[in-house]
Amino acid sequence: MLAVILGRLLRMVVVMFGISVITFAIFFATPASDPAARIAGRNAAPETVEAVRKDFGLDRPLPVQYALMMKRLFITRDLTSFANRGQKIIPAIANAAPATLSLVSGAAILWMLGGGLAGIIAAATRGRWPDKLLMGASMAAVAMPVFWVGEMVNLVTQSRFHDTWAFSWVPPLGYAPLSEGAALWFKSLVFPWITLAFLNIGLYGRVLRTGIIETYQEDFIRTARAKGLPARKVLLKHATRSAIIPIVIMFGMDFGVLVGGAAVLTEVVFGINGVGRLTYQALKVLDLPMIMATVLYASFFVVVANAVVDMLCLLIDPRMRRA
Amino acid sequence: MTTTPILSVRGLGVSFLGARGRWNRVVEGLSFDIAPGETVALVGESGSGKSVTAMSVMRLLDPATSRIEGEVTLDGHAVLGLDEAGMIRHIRGQAAAMIFQEPMTSLHPIYRIGDQIIEALTSHRPMPKAEARREAIALLERVRIPNAAARIDDYPHAFSGGMRQRVMIAMALASRPRLLIADEPTTALDVTVQGEILDLLKDLQADYGMAMLFITHDMGVVAEMADRTVVMYRGRAIEQGATTALFAHPREPYTRALLASVPVLGSMRGEPAPLRFPIVDLQTGVAGPALPLSGAPDRSAPILDVRGLVTRFDVRGGLFHRRVARVHAVEDVSFSIFPGETLSLVGESGCGKSTTGRSIIRLNDRSTGSVKLGGEDLFALAPEALRRRRRDIQMIPQDPLASMNPRMTVGAALVEPFCEHGLGAQADGRAKAVQLMEQVGLTPAMLDRYPHEFSGGQRQRVCIARALMLDPKLIIADESVSALDVSVKAQVVNLLLDIQERLGIAYLFISHDIAVVERISHRIAVMYMGEIVEIGPRREILERPQHPYTRHLIGAVTVPDPSRRHLRRNLPARELRTPLRPIGYQPPARRYEEVSPGHLVSAEAGES
Repeated sequence: MLAVILGRLLRMVVVMFGISVITFAIFFATPASDPAARIAGRNAAPETVEAVRKDFGLDRPLPVQYALMMKRLFITRDLTSFANRGQKIIPAIANAAPATLSLVSGAAILWMLGGGLAGIIAAATRGRWPDKLLMGASMAAVAMPVFWVGEMVNLVTQSRFHDTWAFSWVPPLGYAPLSEGAALWFKSLVFPWITLAFLNIGLYGRVLRTGIIETYQEDFIRTARAKGLPARKVLLKHATRSAIIPIVIMFGMDFGVLVGGAAVLTEVVFGINGVGRLTYQALKVLDLPMIMATVLYASFFVVVANAVVDMLCLLIDPRMRRA
Repeated sequence: MTTTPILSVRGLGVSFLGARGRWNRVVEGLSFDIAPGETVALVGESGSGKSVTAMSVMRLLDPATSRIEGEVTLDGHAVLGLDEAGMIRHIRGQAAAMIFQEPMTSLHPIYRIGDQIIEALTSHRPMPKAEARREAIALLERVRIPNAAARIDDYPHAFSGGMRQRVMIAMALASRPRLLIADEPTTALDVTVQGEILDLLKDLQADYGMAMLFITHDMGVVAEMADRTVVMYRGRAIEQGATTALFAHPREPYTRALLASVPVLGSMRGEPAPLRFPIVDLQTGVAGPALPLSGAPDRSAPILDVRGLVTRFDVRGGLFHRRVARVHAVEDVSFSIFPGETLSLVGESGCGKSTTGRSIIRLNDRSTGSVKLGGEDLFALAPEALRRRRRDIQMIPQDPLASMNPRMTVGAALVEPFCEHGLGAQADGRAKAVQLMEQVGLTPAMLDRYPHEFSGGQRQRVCIARALMLDPKLIIADESVSALDVSVKAQVVNLLLDIQERLGIAYLFISHDIAVVERISHRIAVMYMGEIVEIGPRREILERPQHPYTRHLIGAVTVPDPSRRHLRRNLPARELRTPLRPIGYQPPARRYEEVSPGHLVSAEAGES
């Protein structure tokens, strides 16, 4: 077991190193991306550009620049932005991360519960009206873009019906940290959670339903029925547990990617200053230190989430434990 | 019969919902009884409705797509009148239990076998956990799983097929059923394992006093197991009666045809050459003469000469995916085949016979040794040269449907390799395909059909035609007739012999079915744990087997002879052994003794 975990950690370091090198290389390989000229501003005198170049160390060989950036990112932790002079990278991300984590974790719980329930109910009532209803709704959920759903939710809860009894409790847009009170934190996130989870409930429900229905074709389900198990036990214990593995794998991917910044649309719509927004802003101005840090942060979560998922799969399916 | 039957089926009819909402009858007017403690066999070819009957008795068919009519009385319950809850309360896992054909897939892969048995125990009789566990261990011991107390916490994948079938039987016994329904329980197992399982079922039946509904296509198994036999054909019972009487004096032509086309080991005692199966007239059931193969193999120079073939697969694991062990799948195998000759490779699953076939045409690139095809070493060829050489060796697969592209017409599949090897233009290929389709007993019009539009036997004929498109010198037939029904199997074997007679092709015939091997072979090689333990002329091997494993293998074959009803083989229950070796293992050099001309036996025979 220890060997497996060590191997995982090693692979994670290798993956993150590779990603950082590629990010770095792409930045400098981007056409007309003289960072010194951009930092110096429009119409800057050549002398100013040269001064900036020297100041930021952009005149040194690329490997040295890379090493310096890594050193300032991980060891001295005082890497500053190219775009906003003086803005320290690490605290910026540390401030944004809790918002994104809160948003994605809550939504993840919602979509796993909702998707699981929808999938199991649809599979159990296959071909009858609850199945048709749920699958119709899930198709609609998958088809609606998240920013549109978010705007509609805002329209209802923040403007049209905000003053009615139903939505008067909804706080204004934006993220309220846990330190300002759990109740406010919760209230500020309810609708972002629902919005972000909406699409995945539909997607996960469909995948689980298909998985369960396929599992019902398996010989071992016939065995379970032949030995006289009640239908509910066959469904929940024998069919669902086998069908859950693709869901878990999907979950690992989705969770890692969303925490790493892919929740940007939801963040923007609900005015949450999360990592996604930070990355987006850094990309607009090609702010290498910030891009580097957020990309590494995202890759960290993707790799960790995948490792956790692999462990979960080992728990669920003993066949994978064989070397 | 004076006792009330345990199972009584009257006028059973089953229909399935087919295309365009039409209901297709698959079982029609079926009636039979099973007395307590009696074994009744339902026998017939695939599609005859025998498994459907068993599933109907247990009501395991999907009610949305199937309809059951008639009357089924099981242990005093009118089965067709019960609802799902009633089935669970009285029938499934109570009065009746069931075991299935595929032990590899019939156990839930992600639960421990112990938990699966305990579940069967406790779902009908509430009992404390410790007691259920004790009882589960007792059941596993009862089905003779070695070291049951330790193995109860293993997962199904840690067991071989035979052991899994034992676990399935233990699970079925959990409720002490009055009727055990066994749906082809040994079809997927090796012959030696089949013998063990049949023995076990006979013993358990005597101990528990269970009745058994035994479903099989194998007349040998029927003869050995059943008191009475019901012969099914296209959903109807065409003949039923006591097994002894039915085998001795079959009334219906179909029964006669079925019995005549069963390959029987030992039926070729004294025959010098491979023999075709007698052709049975389906109208009268009279068997025609069995024609021997004319023309002897040309023994001057071998077409294929294999020397010291070794194939090993690495088993990886642990940190950094290191090699931790090696499977010696094929170990120092040497043999040769002459033009117009058939050499059969026999052995149990996992013995390396299929790997040998694949290694010869370098489908796995991990083999060493030398394989000379007409004097040219295939292992020394560059990829392009090898590709060209491959036209001389063709394969006939076990599963013809899986080996054909479902989106290509049969004609396209036949012509493709012909053009690919530059043997002629599209039109030439087409002409040749037409000619070959006729040779294998199909019509040229079928070239425009897709694989799924053929029956199993026709598909195998298509595969034979495909192999012949390139005028090969050697055909490797890997379990090519194993999946076919008996009558079709006889026809395909006859076809292979016809082709050999006409074209002088050599066959490497890989099979676990020794009765078929007896028909078709000039020589036989017996493989065990990756090595050839005995090789020689067919009569030598089957009539004077020297190696203990060869004797074991031959002794386990079922024979359609009801006098073997009370036969016990008394084989010890054993796990199938795989040639898994530690890294760096050096296999001992094998010596072979020549007991008679061309009959070689591995020298360690005396020790084991």
